[in-house]
Amino acid sequence: MTTQTAPPAPATPADDAPRAERTVRRAPSGTIVRTVAGLALVVLLACLPLLAIHVPGVLPGPTYTPGALQMMALCWLIGALALSYHLLFGVAGLLSFGHALYFAAGVYGLAIVLDTTEIPLLPAAALVLVGGIVLAHVVGAISLRVTGISFAMVTLAFAQAGNVLVRRNPGGATGGEEGLALATANVPDALVGVLNTRNLYWLALGVLVVVYLVVLWVERSRAGHVAAATRENEVRVRVIGGRPYLVKLLVFVLAATLATVVGMAYLLLQSGAVPRATSADFTLTLLVMVVLGGVGSRWGAIVGGVLYTILDQRLGTLASSAAVADLPAVLRVPLSEPLFLLGTLFVLVVMFLPGGIAGAASRLAARRRPREDREGARERLEEVA
Amino acid sequence: MSTIVLLLVTGLGLGALYFLVASGLSLIYGLMGVLNFAHGSFLTLGAFGGWFVARTLGADSWGVFALSLLAGAVVGAAAAALTELLLIRPLYERHIEQVLVTVGLSLASVALFEGMWGSDPEFISGPAWLKGTTDLAGAPVPNDRFVAIAAAALVLGAIVLFLRRTRYGLVIRAGVENRSMVTALGIDVRKAFTLVFAVGGAAAGLGGVLASQYFGYVSPHLGGSLLIFAFIVTVIGGLGSLTGAAVASVLVAVLQQFANYYLGYGDLIVVLLLALVLLVRPTGLLGRAAA
Repeated sequence: MTTQTAPPAPATPADDAPRAERTVRRAPSGTIVRTVAGLALVVLLACLPLLAIHVPGVLPGPTYTPGALQMMALCWLIGALALSYHLLFGVAGLLSFGHALYFAAGVYGLAIVLDTTEIPLLPAAALVLVGGIVLAHVVGAISLRVTGISFAMVTLAFAQAGNVLVRRNPGGATGGEEGLALATANVPDALVGVLNTRNLYWLALGVLVVVYLVVLWVERSRAGHVAAATRENEVRVRVIGGRPYLVKLLVFVLAATLATVVGMAYLLLQSGAVPRATSADFTLTLLVMVVLGGVGSRWGAIVGGVLYTILDQRLGTLASSAAVADLPAVLRVPLSEPLFLLGTLFVLVVMFLPGGIAGAASRLAARRRPREDREGARERLEEVA
Repeated sequence: MSTIVLLLVTGLGLGALYFLVASGLSLIYGLMGVLNFAHGSFLTLGAFGGWFVARTLGADSWGVFALSLLAGAVVGAAAAALTELLLIRPLYERHIEQVLVTVGLSLASVALFEGMWGSDPEFISGPAWLKGTTDLAGAPVPNDRFVAIAAAALVLGAIVLFLRRTRYGLVIRAGVENRSMVTALGIDVRKAFTLVFAVGGAAAGLGGVLASQYFGYVSPHLGGSLLIFAFIVTVIGGLGSLTGAAVASVLVAVLQQFANYYLGYGDLIVVLLLALVLLVRPTGLLGRAAA
């Protein structure tokens, strides 16, 4: 980057981030109510393993059963992963097609360390985390040399290299196409076995809360404001003395680190690593989640991730149900492919519902200014270009 | 020596396939600023179109093979033109949303293909000569490589002629240079958009039929696996540059073949090459300005 003329004074992009400023200005009135509501929601979710709530069609059983807990935990983890992608795409405007690489670094890294060494879980996790951070630095430093679509393609290429490496099974470390089962020798007993699914559920919920708090903290920090300003107008940030490259790299590495953390929890929950976690399709589904939920909205990303996971899991059940099996082939074939339905839904949301679920919800909540929100979401998408 | 010749010709054949996909990607990006993730689906659809024709009419004659190539190109062009008209055009000038739509289309279409034809590869046959080999400097080179190279050379020539010698080619070239000026002069660029999509789709569909001969099967994932390398080729060659795509296709594919044979990690070498090119020349080999 050529910002050698930048004065040492830190950038204050207040006038360059009207949207960020708007959230700050609005915050005091609703902050307490929203914090209390959020806390209450987390407490309620944390109590679910102790309750017996039936949600027919969504959960496979009452909320205390391992099957339901497993699925809800998966929802929280995927929601957290979508949130980390939101930090990258929604906040900094970096359209990455390689975010799965860092998730996979967490999944496979921890699996390999537990499989090949005698290191206990926590030090192993710390080791993998450091590895993930280093990987993100190297890849981020190279791919951030280009912007826009080129950046997307370069990240895609790196993720693809990771995918190839995992499938090739170098030295028998990754298990190739078969994947790698979790070696439980050094994992605490409380996190192993079907009976302890509720502990894993709490772990997943904890990961989601931590990721949310980190993303919130980054978005509210100076670096977050500079990142948002860079998304809106990179040249202007550079003119007033900011360092877009460093801030983008920081956000890139932070998002990747969060993805690595989620990946490690995912390994414990699924007790195994499969190559699908490294594939380009997996990153694309993250993008689908974030856009589905609403680009630029934190809870939208979580809702998108949770909704996607539920649909992905339950549409398969719908596909094998008798109601679909009796349909003529023209309807049966598309309906029995969950990814076809999700892809179509995604195309429809992009074309007709800019702003996704969050945008639609805020339009419903504030009918007075529907145009502004709609345009805001569209702008947010275009700033990435 | 014979190994080197074999690797070289095989690499050229693979490069021909990459070029057939990358040429469309590069043209579309150059004119419209859209990275088309659904391009792999056009290729898969073309491959299945060619397979369908060959299966219906009997696969072993040259006439049917030519017909299946034509069918692949037509199916690819039709799918691409429909995509442009129905999905890309309503989102005029919203580039990221256009990219997202093609992402959704690629996810949905691959799933649909799996539902229709199953996810297992479908093995194909063609004229007997294609399965044979020709001795070239002592190396037994599979004949389908020559067909792929010839087809790619023809497509390159045809696209260059089309761009240099026809009125629509002129509009497209002008649009790549400065779209708002072309629009201001009263020329409807949108027709050129559809045309570019159709040309790119035809090249991809043709590539699909040739790829199914090259690999010996058709499957719903045929397009996706080639698309990633076509992306890499497009970036290395320089986004929007047809010549760059041609040079980079050959470079990437030959390097990949040699690295696969001698080191076993050809795909990784290609990504390293990409990183190297970006470090030295962020615009790609023949690209003009950073995207």
